[in-house]
Amino acid sequence: MLLFNHFGRYLLMLKGMFTRPENMRMYWKELMHQCVEIGIGSLGIVVIISVFMGAVSAVQTSYQLVSPLIPASTIAQIVRDTVILEFAPTVVCIVLAGVVGSKIASELGNMRVSEQIDALEIMGINTKAFLIMPKIAACLITIPLLVILSMGLGIIGGRLAGVATGILSTDTYDAGLLLNFVPYNVFFALVKAYTFSFIISTIPSYYGYFVKGGALEIGRSSTKSVVVSCVMILFADYILAALLLDK
Amino acid sequence: MIEFKNIKKSFGDKVVLDDVSHVMETGKANLIIGQSGSGKTVLQKCLVGLFEPDGGEIIYDGVSFTEMNVDQRKELRQQIGMLFQGSALFDSMTVQENIMFPLDMFTKQNFSDKLIRVNEVLKRVNLEGVNKKYPAELSGGMKKRVGIARAIVLNPKYLFCDEPNSGLDPQTSMVIDKLILDITREFNMTTVINTHDMNSVMEIGENILYLYDGKKEWSGNKNDIIFSKSERLNGFIFASEFLQDAKDMRMLEAKGKISNDRDMDEMLK
Repeated sequence: MLLFNHFGRYLLMLKGMFTRPENMRMYWKELMHQCVEIGIGSLGIVVIISVFMGAVSAVQTSYQLVSPLIPASTIAQIVRDTVILEFAPTVVCIVLAGVVGSKIASELGNMRVSEQIDALEIMGINTKAFLIMPKIAACLITIPLLVILSMGLGIIGGRLAGVATGILSTDTYDAGLLLNFVPYNVFFALVKAYTFSFIISTIPSYYGYFVKGGALEIGRSSTKSVVVSCVMILFADYILAALLLDK
Repeated sequence: MIEFKNIKKSFGDKVVLDDVSHVMETGKANLIIGQSGSGKTVLQKCLVGLFEPDGGEIIYDGVSFTEMNVDQRKELRQQIGMLFQGSALFDSMTVQENIMFPLDMFTKQNFSDKLIRVNEVLKRVNLEGVNKKYPAELSGGMKKRVGIARAIVLNPKYLFCDEPNSGLDPQTSMVIDKLILDITREFNMTTVINTHDMNSVMEIGENILYLYDGKKEWSGNKNDIIFSKSERLNGFIFASEFLQDAKDMRMLEAKGKISNDRDMDEMLK
């Protein structure tokens, strides 16, 4: 019953965002602000985890390929496909659920508790539209871009680790990257990125916007929003894989 | 003028407001007083539309607020300013940005015109030279003044203040009270103040509504309070022995029994 109550309020929150903006220029300014906060703010962590994810997957794939009959270029293929299909969209989005999700939930929660949301309402501003919509739009714009960046950096990380550890040469790695490349995988990764972006932005917004209490509740709602977002990302990951990768 | 009739509000089984009716007059400081949990804040939130009353009617200058649609309410809200208990300043913005925010949102003025208006209202609340400071760098009293400046920047017709003196020392409280009263008279606003500060009641209470357990218990002005026979009101306002003595003195004074210092000394004995 409680689940339906939450889900209903979540849907009403999303519905409440769609009204005519009071001042388009202010909404645009807020969108740009959120794009910088979410996109540029998460750039560092995305770069670091992407490079290391690619590097570790190259080293571990090589460790597991014990047969001399399998060419070394296969390592590059495996790194490419795992990074594109799973690591870049899913792992990066789970990390972003922590980084961006907790920020959104705590920011909105703090605004609710300190009556800043009420102050905006009194001014005649639709707070769902002004505070939540730009965050969702900014996530939908920046997170897929971060995922694309992560794909490239993951593949570069694998190349660097392969050369540094002497597993394979750069020529072999580059040749392996071009073997049996399926462009549909990139499309699939982007579908996942958009779906996860929506989850990362809306669930923490819901928990932050409707927080009740004080500082302790802000922390709790922030943690809860990250946990629920991660679970929903994994669930959506499975559903999308089952729907879009069915042979 | 804001008139409300038979306002009812419950949260679950708990009745918070029960048939509350009153008229808040223009150009006066209208006070809603009562103990914690008596329904003051809920009543004020119903008046500004943050809570929807379960029953009753709210009328702003002859227009029913209860019957307004979302767009009409939005329009009306641009004529409402509100000072919150914790000031509710946007903590990531400077004082100037906080006050300029309603102008940015609802006017098409250029930056220099907006800056002139910001400086005007800051001067009005006796707070100049703090434009670039953040709310975290201000004292409680200064935050309240910035809150008032933001509330009046669009020249509202109605001003709501929720516990404007909470967390302030008595002297600063009096400064804030006087400022609110002066602004109310200067701009002929309808000002509604929630308070349980007895100094405020006795200083600026021109039209007072006393709530007890969600019901209207008493209404009048600061002079009527002295002669009120409501035990609940007297127990609330003159809670301490000191205040009770002060009330007795004021009553005797009003009745002309204390005519000089010698009589006063005798009374005190």
